[in-house]
Amino acid sequence: MSNIPADLKYTDSHEWIKDNGDGTATIGITDHAQEALGDLVFVELPEAGRQLAAKDACAVVESVKAASDIYSPVGGEVVEVNPLLEDAPETINSDPYGDGWIFRLKLADASELAGQLDAAAYEATLAAEA
Amino acid sequence: MPFIPHTEDDVAAMLATIGVDRIDDLFDEIPPELRAKDLDGVPAGVSEMDISRVMQARAREDGQPLCFIGAGAYEHHIPAAVWQITTRGEFYSAYTPYQAEASQGTLQVLYEFQSMMTALTGLDVSNASLYDGASALAEAVLMAVRANRKVKSPRVLLPRNLHPAYRRTVRSIVRHQGIELVEVPFDRAGGHTTVEQLEAAAGGEFAALVIPQPNFFGVLEEVDELTDWAHARNALVIGVVNPVALALLSPPGDWGTAGADIACGEGQPLGMPLASGGPYLGFLCCKHAFVRQLPGRIAGKTLDADGQEGFTLTLQAREQHIRRSKATSNICTNQGLLVTAATIHMALLGAEGLERVAAACHANSRKLSDRLCEIPGVEPLFDRPVFHERALRLPAPTADVLRSLAAHNILGGFDLGPDYPELEPALLVCATEVRTDDDLDAYHDKLARVIATRTQARCPVEPKF
Amino acid sequence: MLIHDLSRPGRRATAQAPLQAPIPESTQAPGARSDADGLPAALRRKRRAALPEVSELQAVRHYTRLSQKNFSIDTHFYPLGSCTMKYNPRACNSLASLPGFLARHPAAPESHSQGIMACLFELQEMLKAVTGMHGVSLAPAAGAQGELAGVMMIRAYHDARGDTDRREILVPDAAHGTNPASAIMAGFDVREIPTGADGDVDIDALRRAVGPQTAGIMLTNPSTVGVFDRNIQAIAHTVHDAGGLLYYDGANLNAILGKVRPGDMGFDVIHMNLHKTFSTPHGGGGPGAGPVGVSKRLEPYLPVPLVVRDGDEYHWQAEGDRPDSIGRLTAFGGNMGILLRAYIYARMLGAEGMRRVADYSALNANYLMARLRTAGFQLAYPERRASHEFIVTLKHEAKNFGVNTMDFAKRLLDYGYHAPTTYFPLLVPECLLIEPTETEDKESLDGFVDAMTTIRAEAEQQPQLLKEAPHRLPVRRLDDVRAARHLDLAWRPAESG
Repeated sequence: MSNIPADLKYTDSHEWIKDNGDGTATIGITDHAQEALGDLVFVELPEAGRQLAAKDACAVVESVKAASDIYSPVGGEVVEVNPLLEDAPETINSDPYGDGWIFRLKLADASELAGQLDAAAYEATLAAEA
Repeated sequence: MPFIPHTEDDVAAMLATIGVDRIDDLFDEIPPELRAKDLDGVPAGVSEMDISRVMQARAREDGQPLCFIGAGAYEHHIPAAVWQITTRGEFYSAYTPYQAEASQGTLQVLYEFQSMMTALTGLDVSNASLYDGASALAEAVLMAVRANRKVKSPRVLLPRNLHPAYRRTVRSIVRHQGIELVEVPFDRAGGHTTVEQLEAAAGGEFAALVIPQPNFFGVLEEVDELTDWAHARNALVIGVVNPVALALLSPPGDWGTAGADIACGEGQPLGMPLASGGPYLGFLCCKHAFVRQLPGRIAGKTLDADGQEGFTLTLQAREQHIRRSKATSNICTNQGLLVTAATIHMALLGAEGLERVAAACHANSRKLSDRLCEIPGVEPLFDRPVFHERALRLPAPTADVLRSLAAHNILGGFDLGPDYPELEPALLVCATEVRTDDDLDAYHDKLARVIATRTQARCPVEPKF
Repeated sequence: MLIHDLSRPGRRATAQAPLQAPIPESTQAPGARSDADGLPAALRRKRRAALPEVSELQAVRHYTRLSQKNFSIDTHFYPLGSCTMKYNPRACNSLASLPGFLARHPAAPESHSQGIMACLFELQEMLKAVTGMHGVSLAPAAGAQGELAGVMMIRAYHDARGDTDRREILVPDAAHGTNPASAIMAGFDVREIPTGADGDVDIDALRRAVGPQTAGIMLTNPSTVGVFDRNIQAIAHTVHDAGGLLYYDGANLNAILGKVRPGDMGFDVIHMNLHKTFSTPHGGGGPGAGPVGVSKRLEPYLPVPLVVRDGDEYHWQAEGDRPDSIGRLTAFGGNMGILLRAYIYARMLGAEGMRRVADYSALNANYLMARLRTAGFQLAYPERRASHEFIVTLKHEAKNFGVNTMDFAKRLLDYGYHAPTTYFPLLVPECLLIEPTETEDKESLDGFVDAMTTIRAEAEQQPQLLKEAPHRLPVRRLDDVRAARHLDLAWRPAESG
């Protein structure tokens, strides 16, 4: 069973969101997603400063057998991308919720966070998929 | 039965295993009303001997005229070893190397080809080939628009002195991708494209500039100046180059201060026969920064489970079989067999051999155009330096002249009139290293006679008084 | 060892290049200052390209040895689903390589081209007859280019009628990746249609999906899951009634050649893969050829050039003759050498031979399927006839023995069989798509069943044997992840790192 930290929010497209409490949120992909994709070989990061609406495709993670779009769960401006991923995309495999974060967003509307799945609901989504 | 090995006993045993009575029962899921009644229009089968007779007669019918046409496809000497090895069954009848361990021969050839193409073009990476030069340029245009992050404009500058068939191909392939192709006129005296013309044509922002070197007329462009001009406007530069010419000419990676970003072209001069236009191969090279926007297969070096070096297809997540609707291109095949021929060809010739070929073609074409310009009324159309091909002005309608020459089994060149009515009557000629002095003399003599007849017929002698 | 590793400065295969460069070499070298030959110094290459310097024997030996590291149809059984790896008759190569064909310049006048044009014209006619289409263009250089041409013609047709809101192409979820990619290149949106549990397209889902936005549907039939879609007429009606057109992906034409014609099934536009059905070589990944055929209403849009006959003479038709054409797809009109090979093959088969292609490819596929089923392998669609291919799923083996389809595939290589297509179509887990083709004898098929059976026993008893396979090839299992993370795409001379 994959790891689903209780303090994060989730999407049914397997992104996680962490509310940083300062008007920003950090976004990455879940343990389940990295496991399904396999060894990651490349991450195409969004450009800092880019304005995103909720559900915008804004990054791509690639393994040798698959490529998957990352959708921003909520709207806002990209304020930082994870520089580590440029040379070490495998960080997402080893630490999806920590050093393997993908980008940080300045929230356009903090209330959008409330609409996301909690850990239990995400776990139920996974159970339904399997 | 041609190519089918089954004996009657085999068929009986196989049907019994399947549990049906007749082969036709295997098609019982197909609605009967859809079954084809007849194949009128497909003749009865013939033996290998009979089809040999037909093909030999037809090949003979097309003759082997003395050819002075270049225009994007060039007759070069091909070392005997090239096609003897390329058509070995292990290369000829292999599939795409998706099972890398069972395809090390093909994969290493692709890697060596990529190495040779990067060396020739002076760029960092090469793919394992596309269909031909023109479709490679179409892919280069799409790639440049995707890759240019500084300029969001979908406009691409395409000079009018680029091969007309390339311009048409690019136009048909990119038509529905929201790309605007802007035609840039050429200098009428030089045949080249000037910065002033580019300025005027460009207007606002554009994503990329295409620079052919040499251009369709054989004329050399001031590639350094044009490259720097485009880069100063945040556009990418796509070089369209002849790989044999690159043995002598500055490679795209060296153009201007920063080098061209993408280079593409027709690989036919590297060991492929003229063969009516194909199969050839398109090559596409780029700077490392754009590798993920590069379409087509790419081979990479890696290690096996024992730590030995080996080769595999890599960066496949760009491609249609994984990315589907979001792939860099819909392209699936490369021209594997032609890549094999090109790689062996380059290995046999080496850089010095290619230089000799390039120099010999160039010298032969100069000799030819000098000889032809001895004929009254024949003169160079442009005054700029050329490589290996030259546009000439004729004193008589080109189509008529070519028809008369063809009747003598000489293909005198490429008629520029249909594509460039403003230049009429004009002819593009080329003599590669395979043409001998006797060939050039034969052409000169025939052309002189044809033109003399034509000009006399058109300009009857005027009475003096 | 790369060819570059054999290189030594000054070693040359001198027989290959012109003996005397006509201008003294000192002025010919890259970077030469003199422009005696008319090439300005500023435009010259400054440094010689780093190409290998080897002798003729070294090159011949190197590439001959490399060839020996390949599997190929000429050396191995190659049951690669959806690829139709059948025997490539040698006569096709020899006769397409006659000097008259190889020497012909693409811009040669029609007066010097009647021989090849006769072959091309007759090939167009034969392809029309065997597919039931109204017109054929040989121009597309490969299957994917044929697909692009096909969807561009669909677009041109709707646009010409002012029906410009039709911007959606329907594609079954099991389709080849080229289908959605081609539709996107033609400026369409793509909508996926699910496949039903029996392998046929989910017709109810299709009925819900069609509408005034529907430009057409791209179908492979027999489909990529190896079965003939029994509802094809209903699909055709549904799409046509909604105002859309039907596109036939000819990847699996081998299964029905001469038996069922796409034109009779209601398709408006098709492409054919000559390197599959018409046995032209795969060449290690190309060249292919992807002619397109169309119904009468799409005829004006065919890509150029085409060959037409007027009395005893053949003529080209290009852009000027066909103003509504979607245009040109390569500079010189297609892979002529491949078209000649297909022509020769088609003439040798004739009408009867074409029907036999379908008969015996179906016989071989259904026989192999029956034997593998008896041997205990699970079929993805056990209730269906195989077309010329079928799917085995190894999900039980994966679950029980901890080996996956790739391990199985690599172990097959050890036994001298090229692996079937793996992990395609994506909707069947742990799948092997197996296509034996009509040119294989019964003994080869039986040998393959034996190898599969042996490997499954190994999976049970010594799974490591599979996980570490291959063991008997020139290299062991290659690290694809390393290849993608540490890109090494070209050899570089030592001094530049």
